[in-house]
Amino acid sequence: MIPGQAVEAVFREEHGRLLAALVRRFGDLDLAEEVTSEAIETALSRWPVDGVPPNPGAWLMTTARRKAVDRLRRDAALAARLAVLQVEADRAGPAPATDEFPDDRLQLFFTCAHPALAAEDRIALTLRCLGGLSTPEVARAFLVPTQTMAKRITRAKHRIRAARIPFRVPGPDELPHRLPVVLQAIYSIFTEGYAAKRTDLTGEAIRLARILRRLMPADREVAGLLALMLLTHARRWPAPDAAGDGAGPAGAADGGAALVGAAEEGAALVVVALTGGAAGFYGVQAAIAALHAEAPDPESADWPQIVALYDVLLSIAPSPVIAVNRAAAVAMRDGPEAGLALLDALAGEPLLRGYGPYTSARADLLSRLGRRGEAEEAYRAALRQAGTDAERAFLRDRIDRIDGIDRL
Amino acid sequence: MKYMLLIHAGAVDEQGGAAGCEPADWMAYDKQVQEAGILVAGESLADLVTATTVRVAADGTRTVTDGPFAETREVLGGFYVIDVPDLDAALDWAARCPGARDGSVVVRPVADFGA
Repeated sequence: MIPGQAVEAVFREEHGRLLAALVRRFGDLDLAEEVTSEAIETALSRWPVDGVPPNPGAWLMTTARRKAVDRLRRDAALAARLAVLQVEADRAGPAPATDEFPDDRLQLFFTCAHPALAAEDRIALTLRCLGGLSTPEVARAFLVPTQTMAKRITRAKHRIRAARIPFRVPGPDELPHRLPVVLQAIYSIFTEGYAAKRTDLTGEAIRLARILRRLMPADREVAGLLALMLLTHARRWPAPDAAGDGAGPAGAADGGAALVGAAEEGAALVVVALTGGAAGFYGVQAAIAALHAEAPDPESADWPQIVALYDVLLSIAPSPVIAVNRAAAVAMRDGPEAGLALLDALAGEPLLRGYGPYTSARADLLSRLGRRGEAEEAYRAALRQAGTDAERAFLRDRIDRIDGIDRL
Repeated sequence: MKYMLLIHAGAVDEQGGAAGCEPADWMAYDKQVQEAGILVAGESLADLVTATTVRVAADGTRTVTDGPFAETREVLGGFYVIDVPDLDAALDWAARCPGARDGSVVVRPVADFGA
């Protein structure tokens, strides 16, 4: 017998590679998924009895291919449809050699995060196909019922088939438009996980970025995204109160050494991301995260440099949300008054209406300026806009502190 | 695989025709589509003021009205049907279409009941 966890780890690693190779071989995501699951089920029943084969990946691939061929023999209509697809695929480009087992996951990343799919469908498919998460696991990631997620994945796969979204890496002309969509899908998995303090999701996003980095070692933005996530992960969750409910994202089992490792790896990747060309969206954010990570406490961070990096970020991707972060950095550099002036200048931005972090940043600066009444009012407004329990607990604590000062 | 490119003009002039499109751009694009060997069909539509709407009610009553006039900002000005290997190829042709610059091009896969 082999321990269940070891088997699961093998399958998580192999699932994406197997699925990608089968999609390329048969040109159909549904068929590839079906036989990938069947091959893994077969392995689950056979390996504990027969032992794990010397090359588990090749064993799974052979088994899955055999199941696909069986399925095509039984289903003539499907076989005919796939034959047409094959002709079309050959028209689009020369057929690749199919006898070895190369890594086809890059194509799968671009199919799953195709801009013709809805943003949430891209995330769901990326988790399902490349992360190897089961449909119930993907549903848990989105906090929706399994049935809802099953429907969404089915609809997305139908769209891929009906509109013929291709399984290919975009050419150099398209890549600058397409890669950010893939990176966005991975980063969304991370930010969702981070907001909900779910290490399963943040860890999965980092794992996916590592795969992508192996597949695109020369791309600096991929390095930047991985760096950003590692450095963010290496910081403790922002402590909601002085008592420090700041359980580290790595959890108790994964101690400080792992966090230091992540921070060091992230810092090294920032250098890669910022060397050899214009800085990218993720590279600059990673550089900001690295400056935060370097500082023993927020006050001693290199705020002039952080403000300068926010200026670069705003020039790459103008956004009022980034302007809010820049204002907070200016407040650290030049004092709360300067930061507040910048925040107040953003008051008319429609995108910031009802945006909790904006209201909360304003409240923080008002409180630092001793304008307690206005600060409390702003914190209460932020409390109404807060999305998570952790945010609400943090804001209530702030309000209590202001009240406490008033009572003194 | 066949895709229909529905070309919507972003602005309409007083006669209901698409504004801001240079005929030379369209001729160049049309030539490219023809020379690529992907053209199935394609037409440019006459001004919107020439449009007529027909509806038949449940009881068989036929209603013919003039219009529709441009209540929405974007008006269908023409279409292409092209035969290309996949959606990415279709999207690329849509992006090169002059209509995508002044308005928008909607890409619709043509249903295939044969397979």
